[in-house]
Amino acid sequence: MSRDKRIREPMSDTHLLMTITICIFFCMYFLAMAVWGGGFLRWQQVFDMLNNNAALIIVACSLTIVMIGGGIDISVGGVIALVAMSCVVHLNQGGSIFTAALLSLGIGLAFGLVQGYLVAYLEIQPFIITLAGMFFARGMTTIVSLEPQKVAHEGFKTLMNTKVEIPWLGYTAKNGNLIPARMEIGVVVALLIVVLVYFMLRKTRMGRNFYALGGNSQSALMLGINIRRTRMITHLLSSILAGIAGFVFLMHTGAGNATNAAGAEMNAIASSIIGGTLLSGGVGNVIGTFFGVMTLTTIKSIVTVSGLRDPWWQSITTGAMLCFFILLQSVVLSRRSRGKNRKNQREAVK
Amino acid sequence: MKRNFLSRYSQLLVPLVAVLLIVVFNLIRDPGFFSIEVTQNNTGNTVLSGNLISILNGASELAVLAMGMTLVTAACGGQDISVGALAAIAGSVFVKVLKSGGEITGLSILLAFLACCAVAVIFGAFNGTLVAVFRIQPMIATLVLYTCGRSVAYWINGGATPTLTSPLITALGGFIPGIPVPTPILLVIVTGILFALTFRFTSLGIYTQSVGVNQRAARLNGINTVGIKLLTFMILGACCAISGVMAVSRLSLINHETILLEIEMDAILAVAIGGNALGGGKFRMSGSIIGAYAIQALTTTLYAMKVPSTAIKAYKALVIILIVVIGSPVVKQAFGRLTARWRAGKGGVQA
Amino acid sequence: MEQGTVLTMRGICKSFPGVRALNHVDFSLKKGEIHALMGENGAGKSTLIKVLTGVYSRDEGVIEVEGLSGDVQIRSPQDAQEAGISTVYQEITLCPNLSVAENMFIGRSRGGLVPWKQMENRAGEILSGLGIPARPRQQLGSCSLAVQQMVAIARAVDMECKVLILDEPTSSLDDKEVAMLFGLMRDLKARGVGIIFVTHFLEQVYEVCDRITVLRNGELVGTYETRNLPQVELVSKMMGRELENLSFMEGRKRTGESSSTVFEARDLSSTACPNAFDFHIAKGEVNGFTGLLGSGRSESVRAIFGADRVTGGQTLVDGKPVRIRSPRDAMEQGIAYLPEDRKDDGIIADLSVRDNIILALQVMRGFFHPISDAEAERMAEEFIRTLEIKTASLDTPVRSLSGGNQQKVILARWLLTHPRYLILDEPTRGIDVGTKTEIQKLVLKLADEGMSVTFISSEIEEMLRTCARLIVMRDRRIVGELTGEQLTQESVMRTIAGGESV
Repeated sequence: MSRDKRIREPMSDTHLLMTITICIFFCMYFLAMAVWGGGFLRWQQVFDMLNNNAALIIVACSLTIVMIGGGIDISVGGVIALVAMSCVVHLNQGGSIFTAALLSLGIGLAFGLVQGYLVAYLEIQPFIITLAGMFFARGMTTIVSLEPQKVAHEGFKTLMNTKVEIPWLGYTAKNGNLIPARMEIGVVVALLIVVLVYFMLRKTRMGRNFYALGGNSQSALMLGINIRRTRMITHLLSSILAGIAGFVFLMHTGAGNATNAAGAEMNAIASSIIGGTLLSGGVGNVIGTFFGVMTLTTIKSIVTVSGLRDPWWQSITTGAMLCFFILLQSVVLSRRSRGKNRKNQREAVK
Repeated sequence: MKRNFLSRYSQLLVPLVAVLLIVVFNLIRDPGFFSIEVTQNNTGNTVLSGNLISILNGASELAVLAMGMTLVTAACGGQDISVGALAAIAGSVFVKVLKSGGEITGLSILLAFLACCAVAVIFGAFNGTLVAVFRIQPMIATLVLYTCGRSVAYWINGGATPTLTSPLITALGGFIPGIPVPTPILLVIVTGILFALTFRFTSLGIYTQSVGVNQRAARLNGINTVGIKLLTFMILGACCAISGVMAVSRLSLINHETILLEIEMDAILAVAIGGNALGGGKFRMSGSIIGAYAIQALTTTLYAMKVPSTAIKAYKALVIILIVVIGSPVVKQAFGRLTARWRAGKGGVQA
Repeated sequence: MEQGTVLTMRGICKSFPGVRALNHVDFSLKKGEIHALMGENGAGKSTLIKVLTGVYSRDEGVIEVEGLSGDVQIRSPQDAQEAGISTVYQEITLCPNLSVAENMFIGRSRGGLVPWKQMENRAGEILSGLGIPARPRQQLGSCSLAVQQMVAIARAVDMECKVLILDEPTSSLDDKEVAMLFGLMRDLKARGVGIIFVTHFLEQVYEVCDRITVLRNGELVGTYETRNLPQVELVSKMMGRELENLSFMEGRKRTGESSSTVFEARDLSSTACPNAFDFHIAKGEVNGFTGLLGSGRSESVRAIFGADRVTGGQTLVDGKPVRIRSPRDAMEQGIAYLPEDRKDDGIIADLSVRDNIILALQVMRGFFHPISDAEAERMAEEFIRTLEIKTASLDTPVRSLSGGNQQKVILARWLLTHPRYLILDEPTRGIDVGTKTEIQKLVLKLADEGMSVTFISSEIEEMLRTCARLIVMRDRRIVGELTGEQLTQESVMRTIAGGESV
């Protein structure tokens, strides 16, 4: 009997929005396969999308965490740039990969601690603090090095070129050779992070506290949750993930540049939103966010193959897609709450 | 009465202190920092120059945007992050109209301005509709235009970055012959007066604040909440058009990628430094305007200190953090407790 | 600490800037007793509760809890929970985006992981044990407010608390639910839990409470055995003066001039009030809607005012058909509406008293005709004087006023528009006895001056005192109309309860 009840339980807002996104992603991808074929029919297309967006997937996870907690973090793009630049300089000065990794974590940690403290304990609006964080990171990047730097460290170059090969997802080229699907190390890191964050948000006490904080911070306080510490942790995690993303970014590009990851924060926010995270907090899921990134990337690929080659079309279609998603979410959620009211009324009449 | 006065204007304390600190810092560093000189510029006009003028001049776009942003923040409890992109669109329309109309005259400039105003207001209404009708948070709703606005601007001019060559445009972005004050400053004053008149002759102030503080109650008092939110976004659209035209005229060209880049962040910052809650509700537009000039004063000071232009952001970030930490309610409370204890201690000693 | 006492508070002091909210208050709670904490608004009840639950820090005083040695420091709600003190607040303090089970367990489990299965099973047991109609996996936001309130109580019950604080838990529950809650409270009492019960409803106090502590102006008046304290005495202790003789109002029922109908509705329905109803009111008449909470009384007046989307029907003012589709339309017809929910629908909390008072008039005058500062000041001052609104200045944000004074500000706002028909939805809820009487008197005075008034209250006594005609609702339908001789407590109750209308 209890099983019957489980099946009938309506989906929570988080799952509903995520499901919609995943469905739309698959519809879009299958459409692309049917219409343009070619690259879309190969698994390598998916892996390329992942290879190019590993860092974005990680910072989108950061944003999802912070947004679930009812905050926002727009410093992540700046942190990526700062970490990438610092690591390049460090590696070129003879540092090891290990210390570079530590450096990226350290930078993330430092940003997380300061921003988290200011937001959580001094109760300053997260937008302003992380905006200052972004300015600081971008400014520091140019102070570390104004000129673009290329990695010269041999070990790191090997790491960059190491690819995970998956033969059974490969394809046969015209000359008959089997070309395996290739995935960068950074993608492995990104996927691992998605899984870990999913687990944390779903299964751990801390993760559920994030949802409580974002759902209603006053209630969370009354329920005995240390909301300041929880809010601080969301920012801490977000910045540490941004630090990791910076390292992954460097593994993909192999160069530090002051304009690295420009606009990454907004792309990450857009991905989270498409994946069903609400800026108002308390609703969201990293699996959705992952598909949010993939949806955005697929749209860009489609624009490229469909012959709209003028430079403006990519971002115009991205904007249109974003608009479509937020309108869809708004309509779905408002219909839902209206339905709920009606149901409660019926119950009251009974 | 005095206490009343203090409580009414206490909001302006933080931005004023910020400006004061920057001023004092500069005077100590270089007593001649704020001196104003009368010079002849290369077109033979008698003009004012000096750091003070360049601060006032340089903050013009920001000040206009901050005014509009204050209203949107107050009514909607969120910020518009598409103002830079929208100003780029407005600037493009301005250039497009002037380019297509042959010779540039005063009339054609006016028409072009009206056209770009109309376009910007329509885009503002688009943002406003998402926010007011579909109840999407402003930051998310305007993310759409933020993402694609500059590309739309690029598209309007067909992938080019056209230039305008006319003494009239130079005058609009620089000095009108015979007037020693830079034209953008005059435009800010005009905009400010328009806002002051609007507040004086309409109930915009109390309406936006009511909607921002308690939307349900505002509706039950007969206020059209959707309309007010839409209106604030349309006003912000007009502000974007004004600042877009200013920025285009300064350089006599439109570059969709660099025009007013990241000004949305500065505009939001100006609102926050002005002591306005980013969560909406009560506002003081004068605070935002002072905030805008404080930001520009800071930038100019850093330039004067030979900080490289690319690194300015880092220093700016530190000052911003300092200002918001001082303004933070927690710090204020702690400070209040401290002074209370100090006073009590002093009283105890006397007793 | 005495034997059998679970909680002792001694000499508790708490000051806010300019106000001494608690002045050396003592309070003690025995094991297995239900102890009512009574007092008018601003008496210090909520401050005392908040000191006890760690929301506020106390300036002075000692708190001792059974089983813990010495003075217990409670700095946060978490500390309070750990000391065995649980609270259920009047407003729902749960997270609507989480499931029912999570809401019952969040913030109290140990360990890093959430044991979902175990948690849901346990939640299911507790919910069914208490007869609460909610499923553990349901999203809390999809439950009705009453159920959410009960989930909060279930949470507190499961925490094995020694002290349970119920801060006005009954104000959003109907009679059946209140009875259920009382059953629950007696159950807990039998298990030895000490319960602090804060409420405005006197009958409820006499129904379940063993002892009563009365506060007034932040000071302790005394603690009494319930059976030794007659109701009248309790009220006078709360108010600090002899109860005013209310008989002056008797026999002065305002039936109005039956010939001139000011407002009439025919087959009116709205989204919140789906069953069409008829209604009319005469000039100078005072009538009222009564019924249980959720019976549709508020929804009906909201439909009249156009507050919810009107779905059908006709409205007539002075016999002429008019279109009322929004609050603005209603205001233009001279209708004013003081909403039930003062905090969410009434006050504009951050704005000044002056702005709050002139708001409705400003809207009536229109966007392009702002009221000048001088005029606004004059109007606001006039009403602050006539309604005796206690405020520091005109510029004080209305949120820093007490509940009763906030209500007067909203009343002033509507009186300023000189309405012909005034709707008051629960104007006396949650405000002190003194202001209640003032508002009742004002209603009768306004009716004398020719205004028509519809008055809604949860307290039948109050309705009987002011209204000349009562419209009784049940299950969102009008089930009876009582006038003249029929206006007795008994007949009203009978009609509400479902006996045939007299």
